[in-house]
Amino acid sequence: MLLSVENLGVKIGAVQPLEGIGFALDRGEILGLVGESGSGKSLTALACMGLLGLIGGQRLGTVAFDGVVQDEAGLARLRGRKIALITQNPMTALDPVQRVGEQIAVVARLHLGTTPAAARARTLDLMTQLRIPEAAAVADSYPHQLSGGMKQRIVIAMALAGEPELIIADEPTTALDVTVQAQIVQILGQLVRQRGLGLVLITHDMGVVAQVCDRVAVLYAGRLAETREVGDLFSAPRHPYSAALIACIPREGMAPGSLTGIPGAVPSVALYPPGCRFHPRCPRADALCATTPPPQGAFACHHPLEVPHG
Amino acid sequence: MADPLVEARDLMRRFASGGGLLTRPRTMLAVRGVSLQIARGEVLGVVGESGCGKSTLARLMLRLIEPSAGSVHFDGAEVTRLAPRALRRLRRRMAMVFQDPYSSLDPRFTLADVLAEPFAVQGERPAPGRIEALLAQVGLAAPMAAAYPHQLSGGQRQRAGIARALALSPDFIVLDEPTASLDVSIQAQIIGLLSDLRRDLGLTYLFISHDLGLVRYFCDRIVVMYLGAVVEVLPRPDAAPRHPYTSALMDSTFAPDPARRRTLTALAGEIPSPFDLPPGCAFAARCPRASDLCRRETPALSGDAHPTACHHPL
Repeated sequence: MLLSVENLGVKIGAVQPLEGIGFALDRGEILGLVGESGSGKSLTALACMGLLGLIGGQRLGTVAFDGVVQDEAGLARLRGRKIALITQNPMTALDPVQRVGEQIAVVARLHLGTTPAAARARTLDLMTQLRIPEAAAVADSYPHQLSGGMKQRIVIAMALAGEPELIIADEPTTALDVTVQAQIVQILGQLVRQRGLGLVLITHDMGVVAQVCDRVAVLYAGRLAETREVGDLFSAPRHPYSAALIACIPREGMAPGSLTGIPGAVPSVALYPPGCRFHPRCPRADALCATTPPPQGAFACHHPLEVPHG
Repeated sequence: MADPLVEARDLMRRFASGGGLLTRPRTMLAVRGVSLQIARGEVLGVVGESGCGKSTLARLMLRLIEPSAGSVHFDGAEVTRLAPRALRRLRRRMAMVFQDPYSSLDPRFTLADVLAEPFAVQGERPAPGRIEALLAQVGLAAPMAAAYPHQLSGGQRQRAGIARALALSPDFIVLDEPTASLDVSIQAQIIGLLSDLRRDLGLTYLFISHDLGLVRYFCDRIVVMYLGAVVEVLPRPDAAPRHPYTSALMDSTFAPDPARRRTLTALAGEIPSPFDLPPGCAFAARCPRASDLCRRETPALSGDAHPTACHHPL
């Protein structure tokens, strides 16, 4: 396994916003991390990259890369080189006063120790692979001269420049228009298959998940609700939260009025309810759910949905 | 359309940017000759990518900004020619819900203040119980009247924005990406609320969105915009697209169904800058069906039941 995470949790001061997260990812695989805002998706990414220090957090549980359990110093050594991050907002990920080609090249120089000329060649090669037209001209541009889709490609090129084995992408297409999002999602999918990378794709877009992910971990209020193969999750979700999230997406031929959403909102960490954290919003909840956390497993629910026949 | 509630005729809006001592400002047309009609009780969707002029159109429809040319008509009155006092009277009947409920609510106003302001603008005070009734209408509990925006979740804030739009009992509401900054679970709640309000109050909506799936779910007819102009009007939400751009938009939307994965014939390139539009069809550079004709002559919107601005429609 390229990445395996066991019983991962995060403590920040007296609160524990994340607990009991476990998943594994192999080369050539895409794992989707989904859930509403505040469910712990980005926190999981920070914990896997050893970046909790940025927010004053402390990691619980284990993160193993390529079979070796890593401490924070180990993750720091892997970060940028073996593990790369693609963030949501390409505006803030790029230095506004440096040409974008140099920003990609510096990653190759720093992590691979290549010469400036080789780094430049590698930069143009990567940009071409990401279907950036006139790569040389774009490389000499500043971020403000580029469109959002182009900037996100530059950020992806930066992530790839150090020849990483694992990429963690936090909402990489959320800020983009749909036609551009479709291009970027397609490119990420191809990179994973062709280069045998592992990709953890954090998204709130179930359409993107259905299009590219192999497996999906559904998070709710800092815990795993369900971890399934993508086909199984969409055809037969077992956790009522997964089913509700899928039902929030408008589909062709949906009857008017059938889109109802999930009542209420994700609780903040100080207000996590006892028992199953989804129970105040769950149509299947009973007294047991209000007091006893559900057992962990492929789906953490006392009253899972039936598997439909056929 | 006989007797539409709202109508736009050949709306244009020009913006200038830059310019200094020695350089002339560059101008661009954010909205290029848009005409549309909205029937009473209809939900008209406007869909397009960023920069297509849909938010500018929303503001023009309520005369929040002035058009460079063209006119807007509301129930027989020409909104774009009304004097300030008459415009204010007519504005009772129209309202807007903004995309970002974080920046469209004054952080120092309680919800009661927010909901009382439309009345104050008209020189009135809300009737006793009106604020509570408005809150109830959007699913907020009465004690919320004393809350400040920062104490609310995103969904609650957008409900407050909707309550404010309803304050003066309008006939027509412009919804400018009302769910774009919300989680899908909350988006679905808000769309459900908007459906209920339309049914109960007989409202007419102009619904602006970049999300074609959502627009097809919620709207009766759909206007598709590209670079400031209407390229197609879908007469029914499930109508098959005739314009290649609409078709590309549909192909770029991922169905939430892993069994329907596909290799996308994603559009090459991105939207050109509105500051230097090419001659001919604005979509020609990205269009798989484009010919020399397209690069030379701008296609006009066809006058049939399914208006399309394309030399080579599907």
